[in-house]
Amino acid sequence: MSAAIEISRVSKSFGFTRVLDDVSLAIPEGSVCVVLGPSGSGKSTLLRCVNHLESVDAGTIEVGGELIGYRRDGDRLHELSARAVARQRARIGMVFQHFNLFLHRTVIENLIEAPLLVRRESKAVAIARAQRLLAQVGLADRAAAWPRELSGGQQQRIAIARALAMEPEVMLFDEPTSALDPELVGDVLQVMKSLARSGMTMMVVTHEIGFAREVADQIVFMDQGRIIESGPPSQVLDAPRHERTSAFLSTVL
Amino acid sequence: MVPEPAAAPLKVVRKRHYGRWCSALVALAVVALMIDSMVRNPNFEWEVVARNLTSDSILAGVGMTIELTFISVVFGFAGGIVLALMRLSANPVLVAVSWTYTWLFRAVPMLVQLFLWYNIAALYPRLALSIPGLGELWSAPTNSVISPFSAAVIALVMHQAAYAAEIVRAGILGVNAGQHDAAQALGLTPFQGFRRVVLPQAMRTILPPAGNEVIGQLKTTAVVSVIALQDLLYSAQIIYQRTYEVIPLLMVATIWYMAMTTLLSIGQFMIERHYGRGAAQQSAMSWQWLARGALPRSGARR
Ligand SMILES: Nc1ncnc2c1ncn2[C@@H]1O[C@H](COP(=O)(O)OP(=O)(O)OP(=O)(O)O)[C@@H](O)[C@H]1O
Ligand SMILES: [Mg+2]
Repeated sequence: MSAAIEISRVSKSFGFTRVLDDVSLAIPEGSVCVVLGPSGSGKSTLLRCVNHLESVDAGTIEVGGELIGYRRDGDRLHELSARAVARQRARIGMVFQHFNLFLHRTVIENLIEAPLLVRRESKAVAIARAQRLLAQVGLADRAAAWPRELSGGQQQRIAIARALAMEPEVMLFDEPTSALDPELVGDVLQVMKSLARSGMTMMVVTHEIGFAREVADQIVFMDQGRIIESGPPSQVLDAPRHERTSAFLSTVL
Repeated sequence: MVPEPAAAPLKVVRKRHYGRWCSALVALAVVALMIDSMVRNPNFEWEVVARNLTSDSILAGVGMTIELTFISVVFGFAGGIVLALMRLSANPVLVAVSWTYTWLFRAVPMLVQLFLWYNIAALYPRLALSIPGLGELWSAPTNSVISPFSAAVIALVMHQAAYAAEIVRAGILGVNAGQHDAAQALGLTPFQGFRRVVLPQAMRTILPPAGNEVIGQLKTTAVVSVIALQDLLYSAQIIYQRTYEVIPLLMVATIWYMAMTTLLSIGQFMIERHYGRGAAQQSAMSWQWLARGALPRSGARR
């Protein structure tokens, strides 16, 4: 099976702090990879490198076989133009911890903004897909609402629909339920589970161990910028090999 | 104890804001007394005001004031956006240039700038555009390029750009960084993200101080009288220097400034309402606040 996301030997520093240290990870097409790890271990940074919201210092990231953010010329990597990176990002959906819905746009406008601007779709096509996606996340009746009028859980489901409106090949989730009240978490996880079942390739940073156990094909555990353990849920969650992993799991379980 | 089930829901009696009514009445009375004293005081010479209000030279002055304000606000804010983006860029040279520009043009008094631009010929007698290797492409005596009007436009635009830059920068900084991330993640180019996502949201914080700036600029244009450009105030001055009707002619100018300020304020209100889309609280006008004390509140607000 080919890897939809192939991260190889990626390192990155902010100033003198090494945030990612020689990280390699392959996520096969149609599979779900959950990234666990303590705060500050570099999970968000790794995710943001995948769609080049952060640049890397060394190593390569490929999505669907295409090198992200750089052009290879012999043994050199040249950073791509902002326009070329933007085109690559259009194939990679991302969902943020704080939703980041466009506050000056209604729900439906949030969903059609990028399809109109980036894919240059007709309004009719974009709206039709947006309505289908709203129904899919269970919010068909909120098309005309403003983001601020919605609960956190509703906003996050809209944010997922907004990312899906670009028909991405892979989806990145950065702690999508961490900013939500406990009773709202379930709705968002439900949407993510059905997305996983539909065959979407997903890379998910989360502390929801239940979700990881049920949905993940692969779990990686990060600590201090390194992946120190990876494998299927049964192994990483139930029989962790590394003491850092078991220490972390005992705090979140 | 369980309350009686059949009881009708309790009715809320809104608090009566007697203090608001009293203060409003006092304020209205004071305003009425002031207007009365102005209308009945013969020294204001209202018939002179009426005679000059729409005279040709005053109207020409109004036109010049509007033209100067319009040009300096449009180009000043365009320059301000560029300066703000430079200041927020990752390029240290652009940051330094933008900072220095803002520092310089806020430091030099408007009047001094106006004289400097007007008398630039004394410093640079000829202007020339030459490219190394191609030689001189264009040249002209400075005095043929710098008229009172162009000197005023340059000074006003440069001044306005420095102030606008800070207002725009504050607005951009006020937009959550996550909005920029989300735009980028969806595949918008940096320019599209700025234009479609960041700037419209920054407008909400930019507009109130920008409205202040524009109205301030309307009156700042009056300094151009020192280089004999006939704006509204200077046109009034020319007349009263001849007729000695100082107060009535200043009243004429004031009435026009008030009219223009009123139009600008209405424009600001409408533009703010446009950019207030999706905001938690639409800008409420204070008379609504006053009225709410007494009148029943209209249905749920958006
Ligand atoms: N823009 C930045 N500039 C400087 N340092 C940064 C930046 N972003 C992250 N860091 C640092 O990089 C390290 C890893 O951060 P990251 O956000 O990737 O961690 P995380 O695993 O997502 O943590 P959390 O669970 O708290 O979200 C942290 O030490 C953080 O302080
Ligand atoms: Mg994080």
